[in-house]
Amino acid sequence: MNMTQTLNVPMSTSGSSVKTDSGQLPAGNASTNIKLSASDVRVFYGQAEALHGVSLDIVKNEVMAFIGPSGCGKSTFLRSFNRMNDTVAGARVTGKITVDGRDIYDPSVDVVLLRAQVGMVFQKPNPFPKSIYENVAYGARLHGLAANKSDMDEVVESSLRRAGLWEEVKDRLEAPGTGLSGGQQQRLCIARAVAVSPDVILMDEPCSALDPIATSIIEELITELKKNYTIVIVTHNMQQAARCSDRTTFFHLGDLVEIGDTAQIFTNPQQKRTEDYITGRYG
Amino acid sequence: MNNFTVAIALLMLAALAYQLGLTKGRGVVALAGHRATHSRPGYHGALAILRAAVPAFVVYALWVVFGNQVIHSLVLESIPAEFLPQDSLQQKVMLQRLSNIASGFGVLGDAQPYELAAADVMRQFQGVGETIVTALMATVAALGLFWSWRTTTAETRARNKVERAINVALIACSAVAILTTIGIVMSMLGESLRFFQMVSPTDFFFGTVWNPRFATMGAEGQSGFGMLPLMAGTLMISFIAMLVAVPVGLMTAIYMAEYASSRTRSLVKPVVEVLAGIPTIVYGFFALVTVGPILSSIGAAIGVDIRATSALTAGLVMGIMIIPFISSLSDDILTQVPKTMRDGSLALGGTKSETIIKVVLPAALPGIVGAILLALSRAIGETMIVVLAAGNSPVLTANPFEAVSTVTVSIVNQLTGDQDFASAQSLVAFALGLTLFVMTLILNVIALVIVRKYREQYE
Repeated sequence: MNMTQTLNVPMSTSGSSVKTDSGQLPAGNASTNIKLSASDVRVFYGQAEALHGVSLDIVKNEVMAFIGPSGCGKSTFLRSFNRMNDTVAGARVTGKITVDGRDIYDPSVDVVLLRAQVGMVFQKPNPFPKSIYENVAYGARLHGLAANKSDMDEVVESSLRRAGLWEEVKDRLEAPGTGLSGGQQQRLCIARAVAVSPDVILMDEPCSALDPIATSIIEELITELKKNYTIVIVTHNMQQAARCSDRTTFFHLGDLVEIGDTAQIFTNPQQKRTEDYITGRYG
Repeated sequence: MNNFTVAIALLMLAALAYQLGLTKGRGVVALAGHRATHSRPGYHGALAILRAAVPAFVVYALWVVFGNQVIHSLVLESIPAEFLPQDSLQQKVMLQRLSNIASGFGVLGDAQPYELAAADVMRQFQGVGETIVTALMATVAALGLFWSWRTTTAETRARNKVERAINVALIACSAVAILTTIGIVMSMLGESLRFFQMVSPTDFFFGTVWNPRFATMGAEGQSGFGMLPLMAGTLMISFIAMLVAVPVGLMTAIYMAEYASSRTRSLVKPVVEVLAGIPTIVYGFFALVTVGPILSSIGAAIGVDIRATSALTAGLVMGIMIIPFISSLSDDILTQVPKTMRDGSLALGGTKSETIIKVVLPAALPGIVGAILLALSRAIGETMIVVLAAGNSPVLTANPFEAVSTVTVSIVNQLTGDQDFASAQSLVAFALGLTLFVMTLILNVIALVIVRKYREQYE
């Protein structure tokens, strides 16, 4: 079982991969490049352990995909990176998670600021029942990121542009966000996350409630966002992981089974369970 | 033939019909087999009840409702013209007297010969009527049983027919509530129209003096029917009540929905709802005996003249009474706001209170407004607290420390005691009641529309 954590990890750029003994990059080697790091992370819901000691590193400006069958712990793991598990009654996280080398479960850490730095997009589009403008301005306003109205206009416009939604909504910024189509709502949620200028964006199955066209727009957007953000995406859709991620991690029953370059995972998986999953034998 | 006997007979008939249907149904099953039989025997039994006992009951119900009218008109025709009163009210009195004689109940004074004759006629008609009705019921029941017995086959869709009968029964039950409402409105409307024939609507709706005096003085030439002082009192007390209930109720709801652990919530919620179960008369004397004197002495201490029975006293206590309406409804509405909405705000780095103020409350606002309007219509219609604690002084004032009166209190005053129900002084109660009813109806409709709109948003 522990052999399953033998991994391929890219050094500074994706593409070239080097075998190491752990999910984590060698210390000191690429420390400037490591954005998120988890070591021996376990998550408990009450007495039940949902995640059994997962360690991995995610480097800057890469797209990391988490795949695996339902209930394998991938969403749970994702939600540990911005401490959204704190909002679930009875959930407990052990182990160490760092963002830019800083332990985010340290008591001195302000969760509110952490969540501004590590943004999140949810499975179901969840725009607030406010106007499109107010949806995007919401986080920026909470964190005081705009001094005046024209600053805020700029934040809203640039965020909507980054989310690829500006052209579609620029004439109706005062219309309710809930009136947009599903795909537009999801891009609005991405714009909303982008507006608080995070470094990392966590995406929890962002396309599972969308039709194929909206999905492909979001996938293109992810490739575009990669230039500025580190992205972790949980997905049920293996084609999606293959299309838009640099590296892929396969989870099964709360274990990290295999991590590696996306191309390698999908063409030459090292683990039997990974192979069974991607060839559709279960999941 | 009294009602009890008939009820027993009908129940026995139903049992018999059920057994017959059941037996027949079992016979059919035995012949055709389970697969080929549409309905199980129990449904044939139920269908037999529907065909035999229900029509018999309907016949009897019609007799109870209309039988007396028929007999009475026949009896009145038999009375010699010289004894027959022209006034319908006196005719009613006479018929009551006759039926007392006929049933051997006894009457005041000696019965006149023509009365005895008429009572005899009445007794005869009653006897004949009962015989006819009994025969009719028996015939209908027998026909129903025979029909059931003859037509029950493997293909009979008794199950579907019973289903339809249940549907009809349910519709009939819900119609009761609607018809009652319509009936109430109609009766108030009729009496109000009689009132408006005596007092002009302008004087009533826009008059500033409420002093209806006594019925013996008549309604002519007086302008004491202005409802503005009462409406002002009602609105002032309701406003004070909402000032108390809305903030406290809303905060309670937010605490219960967002902050309390599920254990605390399961303890606090029922306790708060107990407030709703306290009889309003208890609130009333709590206001009169405890709150009023306390307010009065506080007023004395700070140099403000506060009456013990005032709009303030009644409003405060009424506000406490309404807290659970607002907190309970708002709590339900807040918990209906999807968790994904909260997560969205929290994931952007919002704190809990920021999330509640900027996302959860705005999302729940229509529902909360609905809850507040429902509570308001409750406050407007509240009677007992104001009867005891508002001071019953119908003057037009804007000072909450003064005694006032309300629409509901005046209705109580106009209808209690020895009253002539044809006088403007009594009839004004119906006009007041109708005004109140229309007001609360409008509030309720607005509240329901808002709440429904909110529900649609998340379904």
